[in-house]
Amino acid sequence: MDEMRRRLVQSGGGMTLLGLLLAAGWLKPEYALAQVQTWNKAAFDTHTLADTMKALGGGDPAQSKDIVFFQTPEIAENGAVVPIGVTSNIPKTESIAILIEKNPNLLAAVFEIPTGTEASISTRVKMAQSSNVYALVKADGKYYVAGKDIKVTLGGCGG
Amino acid sequence: MADPMKIRATTLGDSTEVKVLMSHEMETGQRKDAQGQTIPAWFIQDVIVTLNGRTVLSAQWGTAVSKNPFLSFKFKGGAKGDKIAITWTDNRGDKRTDETVIA
Repeated sequence: MDEMRRRLVQSGGGMTLLGLLLAAGWLKPEYALAQVQTWNKAAFDTHTLADTMKALGGGDPAQSKDIVFFQTPEIAENGAVVPIGVTSNIPKTESIAILIEKNPNLLAAVFEIPTGTEASISTRVKMAQSSNVYALVKADGKYYVAGKDIKVTLGGCGG
Repeated sequence: MADPMKIRATTLGDSTEVKVLMSHEMETGQRKDAQGQTIPAWFIQDVIVTLNGRTVLSAQWGTAVSKNPFLSFKFKGGAKGDKIAITWTDNRGDKRTDETVIA
């Protein structure tokens, strides 16, 4: 922990040139966005389940019992921090996407799974309200989906 | 510049578990400040995890990932002393890379 603190103090004063330019308003955010080539803006901007699946290339995925949620609550007390764990037991899983149906933007995250990495990830997401959460899995070029209903007591996207 | 990530990587058998806690606001762009002005979105978009330079996980995130994001996953083929490097890039173009060795 001590080393962590020391590094934190060291890095405190630093700010990248791009960050400074942005802060000064010289660079439009659009320009900064263009720097990130891989980020799938089209998919993250979608607002309906069908659109998101389509933007990810999923089209009409098959329901699968081989996609399992773990460490994922039935009822989340705090919508700002909802743990989601997804394991895909489908062979040759290439990617796992997490979609939250009733969030303003459905797509929360996409994980690319290279060979050798287990098709099992866990993270924490924000949920605006109680909703179905879907895991969209791409395996061997095909798409599979599984859903789980999560109740949220306190929303995570409001002011 | 953001604070360092906390990374823990441990091997058990032939599988290595990586746990990361990043330090980032992950502002959604949905919230308003006291004056009613929308707070612009500010969030991590890309995450890449490498083992000795080989990518073992890459991710694209939207605004729905929680503040100070947590990520955990496992991969095969890691050995004690191997180097894990994690890089994130946010929507302002800011980057941060942190490294650790597998314990």
